[in-house]
Amino acid sequence: MEISLIVNGVLKTVHIEDENTPLLWVIRDILDLKGTKFGCGKSACGACTLHVDDEAVRSCSYPVKFADGKRITTIEGLGDRENPHPVQQAWVEEIVPQCGYCQPGFMMATAALLKKVPKPTDEDIDKNIINVCRCGTYYRMRKAIHKAAEIQTEKDSNESNMV
Amino acid sequence: MADNKSDSKKVSRRKFLVRGGLGTIGVVAIGTYIFRNSIRREILGTVNSLDLPYTDNTDKPMVWFEVTTENNILLHSPKVEMGQGTFTGIAQMAADELSVSMNQIQVVHAASSTGNIDSFATGGSTSISGLWKPLRELSALLREMLLKEAARKMNIGIEELTIEDGVIFGNEKSMTYAQVAEGVENWKVPDTPVLKSLNEYKYIGKPIARVDLDAKVFGDPIFGMDAQLPDMLYGAVVRSTKIGAKFISADTSAAENMIGVVKVIVEEDFVGVVANSLIEAENAKDAINVTWESYENLNTEAILKIMTVGNGKSTIIQKHGDALEEQDGVEILEFRTPIGAHAQIEPNGVVASVEGDSAIIRISTQVIGLTRKEVASRLGLDVENVNVIPTYLGGGFGRRLHTPHAVQAAVMSKAVGKPVKYFFSRKEEFQHDMFRPPTHHIIKGRLNGEGYLDGLEHQFVSGDVGNHSALMPDFLPPIIGADIGAIRGGFIQYTGIPNFRSVYWHVDLPFATSWWRSLGLLANTFAMESFMDEMALKANKNAVDFRLAQIGDDAIGVRLKNVISAAAEKSGYSEEIIDGRAMGFAASIDANTPCAQVAEVSIVDNEIIVHKVTVSLDPGLAVNPDQIRAQCEGCVIMGMSAVLYEQMYVENGELQPTIYGPYKMALMKNAPKEIDVVLLQGKDTPGAVGEPPLGPIGAAIANAVRRLTGERLTEFPLKLTKTK
Ligand code: FES
Ligand code: FES
Repeated sequence: MEISLIVNGVLKTVHIEDENTPLLWVIRDILDLKGTKFGCGKSACGACTLHVDDEAVRSCSYPVKFADGKRITTIEGLGDRENPHPVQQAWVEEIVPQCGYCQPGFMMATAALLKKVPKPTDEDIDKNIINVCRCGTYYRMRKAIHKAAEIQTEKDSNESNMV
Repeated sequence: MADNKSDSKKVSRRKFLVRGGLGTIGVVAIGTYIFRNSIRREILGTVNSLDLPYTDNTDKPMVWFEVTTENNILLHSPKVEMGQGTFTGIAQMAADELSVSMNQIQVVHAASSTGNIDSFATGGSTSISGLWKPLRELSALLREMLLKEAARKMNIGIEELTIEDGVIFGNEKSMTYAQVAEGVENWKVPDTPVLKSLNEYKYIGKPIARVDLDAKVFGDPIFGMDAQLPDMLYGAVVRSTKIGAKFISADTSAAENMIGVVKVIVEEDFVGVVANSLIEAENAKDAINVTWESYENLNTEAILKIMTVGNGKSTIIQKHGDALEEQDGVEILEFRTPIGAHAQIEPNGVVASVEGDSAIIRISTQVIGLTRKEVASRLGLDVENVNVIPTYLGGGFGRRLHTPHAVQAAVMSKAVGKPVKYFFSRKEEFQHDMFRPPTHHIIKGRLNGEGYLDGLEHQFVSGDVGNHSALMPDFLPPIIGADIGAIRGGFIQYTGIPNFRSVYWHVDLPFATSWWRSLGLLANTFAMESFMDEMALKANKNAVDFRLAQIGDDAIGVRLKNVISAAAEKSGYSEEIIDGRAMGFAASIDANTPCAQVAEVSIVDNEIIVHKVTVSLDPGLAVNPDQIRAQCEGCVIMGMSAVLYEQMYVENGELQPTIYGPYKMALMKNAPKEIDVVLLQGKDTPGAVGEPPLGPIGAAIANAVRRLTGERLTEFPLKLTKTK
């Protein structure tokens, strides 16, 4: 079947034999965006987290047919080196990653959280950020999440001042 | 240090090659450098006094550096980057001695075709300490070669030249390294390079941000899982869910006719399938019917029975004074730790391409040389024709100290004539891990009239760690006598006690156990430091004072005492329960790096909550203090995860569980909200960092729980038996 996805702002049409193929593999293997990671394939680790219409989704367990016509954001579309997303900027400032493999999933989960809860408390973070990091970077991540919220707020107020 | 001298001599005897490069000019390749002996000795950590009778010196030229036309330096790292920050540390060392700026250095993994790989492994917390001298010397050597050549080309006396950020200035003229290197055929190689003094370093000792930070924050495709080759197909290998199952035969007829299947490959030891897509390969794999050789219907109880002190073969690894006779006043405690999984987030995977008599392997591995040898021997290829190109690792932790899936991928690639990518499912990753072995410990001690120990004995049993691992040459275990991995952390550090001994027992398990970050350290320290705390309580002494009084005054003893005092001071260690929180203390020495920790713990709804951990570490000279802190934080969290939550069990001959969640691990909500790290410098060279901070965490938590609840917890995962 033909599936249309708006991936990081660009319309992509893919032909797929099995409409139940997890979105993760369409993103990684067909669209060749490798930033979204495979960790478990069973919705248990969060490494594959991306956004479907701004909601954080574990793409390893999300059949591609449900994404038809929707907006997908991956780590590559969250921000880039010239124009980092506040979450990425905070991650750089706090030097969060170790091996780095889980990090895109955490950053996507955090970006989605900040959309809903711009100033998350520690409890908000504990409840919503439930991915797995084996290197144990949670301590720095928590600091980075709070910092990202600050950067975001500042950015928003700058933007509204400009209006 | 005897090593250093011989290393220096060898530099001058090496050949230095210059070659014209692809898209770069003036590529400078520097010859071999023999530093492996010292690394090996470091790997052995506590048994490092043994002079091991093996080396693999090579006369083949190795590319360490390339100078690009843009005047940047490519540094080919012999070590892989798995999160431990080695790339950053070596970039700092090279930048300082080469007199270039940090952003002029780009670190890449050396491929086995250039020869500059550590033919042993990346592991044992030895990368920075092992490369400290040789890499700086090589960098200084290249700097001096460039200076000499610049003097010749610019026709200026060498003493009039200065260098700034890779540009050589003199007499109002200047040349970049790239310009200097261009077209040079015969380099003048200085005999012994002169290293800068520590205070001349701009980067070493500073908390420089990781060099791979951007790549990891912006989602670059740097991992083994991301590797691909043109026209690549997908492979899958059938694995049994049962322990010890041997492949006999397979009915592949159904799989062969499935959509997308290119070929089903039946070898004598495995059956695999290659298909056009990952999903098709996985589906076909499930349709293959395999007959496995019968297996024992094992369960956890059977394993525990095997894993008991007194079983197997014993070796005394440490002995001082007399043995402890069982008599009045001898205190005995027993401890157990369970099977642990690596659970690194990136599954093991590989892309292999075999064409004619050569092969390319893209893989996240800690053992480049071993993987290369195994592929070559299975396919009958010349080792020289197998190029292993390592990627970044999505976690190592010892899981990738054997990566034989490279062989299977290569066999499949050869069978279909195209590159094949293949990786483990999460279930396979859990069931076919090479686990942290379960352990059992019996510790005995006797207090004298003053309330100090006059005898202490640690007997412990473990499955294989180093022994029988592919990495360890067969002749080594008999020489050393004990498993060098299992005994990590098994040496008694309270050498002020008049009589002590440590005895290691080895038993064989029916499934593979092997290297897991810090090896025996986590379990051995948990047992010993829990026991010490119990003795301090019994003697009615402060846990810190009790420890300090019984440590010897040799160099390592003094460093241990210093980290203990620093941790006590920084944390404000107190044995009072304040606001429902208690502190627990523990300390250890691993690979010559002492570490002490204080955990602040409370109990909420009968669950152990770790609020804060203070870490005091003496890693020697800190090349990158920020990365050392990161390793401490990571060790604390990975350690508390293992101590409080993790456990594999065996049921009906299967290792379980097979997924995160049921394999419970620390999440964000469990991680301490405060981790305070104090770094001491008790020696003037860098020491081990990546594992030593895993030592004290188990006992630090258990000791806090003991003080809070009165209950002595003696088994991972630590759980209160009674409601508190
Ligand atoms: S890979 Fe999707 S949750 Fe683990
Ligand atoms: S940084 Fe390695 S798993 Fe999170």
